[in-house]
Amino acid sequence: MKGAVEVSDLVVKRGGKEVLHGLTASVSRGSVTGLLGPSGGGKTTLMRCLVGVQVVTSGAVYVLGEIAGSPGLRHRVGYVTQSPSVYADLTVLENTRYFAAVLGAGSASAEQAIADVGLKEQATQLVATLSGGQRARASLACALLGDPELLILDEPTVGLDPVLREELWAMFASLAAAGTTLVVSSHVMDEAGRCDRILLLREGHVVADDTPDALRRAAGTEDLDQMFLTLIQQRAEVA
Amino acid sequence: MSWRITWATAKRVLTQLSHDHRTVALLIVVPSLLMVLLRFVFDDDAIFDSVGLPLLGVFPLIIMFLITSVAMLRERTSGTLERLLTTPMHKLDLLLGYGIAFAVAAALQAAVATGTAYLLLGLDTQGAWGWVVGVAVGNAVLGMALGLFVSAFARSEFQAVQFMPAIVLPQFLTCGLLIARDQMAGWLEAISNVLPMSYAVDALKEIGAQAEVTGTLVRDLAIVFGATVVALGLGALTLRRRSG
Repeated sequence: MKGAVEVSDLVVKRGGKEVLHGLTASVSRGSVTGLLGPSGGGKTTLMRCLVGVQVVTSGAVYVLGEIAGSPGLRHRVGYVTQSPSVYADLTVLENTRYFAAVLGAGSASAEQAIADVGLKEQATQLVATLSGGQRARASLACALLGDPELLILDEPTVGLDPVLREELWAMFASLAAAGTTLVVSSHVMDEAGRCDRILLLREGHVVADDTPDALRRAAGTEDLDQMFLTLIQQRAEVA
Repeated sequence: MSWRITWATAKRVLTQLSHDHRTVALLIVVPSLLMVLLRFVFDDDAIFDSVGLPLLGVFPLIIMFLITSVAMLRERTSGTLERLLTTPMHKLDLLLGYGIAFAVAAALQAAVATGTAYLLLGLDTQGAWGWVVGVAVGNAVLGMALGLFVSAFARSEFQAVQFMPAIVLPQFLTCGLLIARDQMAGWLEAISNVLPMSYAVDALKEIGAQAEVTGTLVRDLAIVFGATVVALGLGALTLRRRSG
């Protein structure tokens, strides 16, 4: 079976500058893939390509067997942007109910999604009055609606305390176990260990693409921060 | 397009408004207060009939233009627009959803302002008051459509609010309220002939002067409706699923 995501020779320019230089990668179904690397490395741009909101210069992006952004994918792919994209002047529940209606998911799923991200107590609170981490979770809740087959999550754990981070990663793992494919970006290296596979991006190039264990072995270190540095140095020496 | 999504969007926009009590209060009270002010500024029933009546149509256009351009700019800058365009939502669902929501708000506003003008201030027209409310709602939807379109060209709320004087005030100056359109210089009249507010004001003047529904009124309303459709179409073009 083909992967959930197949990217080949992807070139993207933003603001006249090339940010992805012929990138090729694939993501298998029912897995959690971590998109890691320093900020400005092209993580968000790649995710925008997968969702189909980015103008692509050249190359091909296939998602769930269709060209990224095709109308047929619009209820099969969930997307959470880096800054929370929910309505600040609505309550959490009003937000999830609205997006549930747009996606054709029942209003029961609106309440379930809120419970999934741990915002039950804040359900009737206006989003504007929530903390940054709570807003991010409200935004995540809206992407879980309608059980998408592919979830693209841009830095979903920024600003969350360790307990909540742990809970979210456990939820990602259980979603993947149930068959959902997740692509999760992060610049926190210790989150890499929670992924089935890591795609390390730097300056628009794939620095590494393997399982966390294999990457640790290749770099000869257990420490993920150190691993990243070593991999970049190795790559620089080859080049 | 889907009625389910359109309807959900209209409901969502109205819910957003309903959380903002001050905006609702301003929406409903301000046009009526301005009518009261106008009545006492002129202190003359005949002038109030000729100036106050067209203004019942101009206020909703201006107010809905402002509200929509800011609301739409927020959709764009908060990322919610991009998110919506990754869902099965059709552009038309979003545009019509906003249209329905603001038409409801405008109907409420126009009913209160028209009621104030007729019952408290003694406005006198040949045509029925219901037509006045109808034209006011139509104008509000036109204002919404224009606001939606120009919001695409604003990068900040500062810019968005300044499109009001840039886009709406020229229409106000040439719509025939200050000086009859046929008394303006030829080139000015030509400009006013292609600006939609001129026809909104003409329609209201027609209601003031004629008891029956005339061909002129129908033509004016058709032009306002057509301008709304064109503005919505242009607005739809600015909603891009993919951006650079």
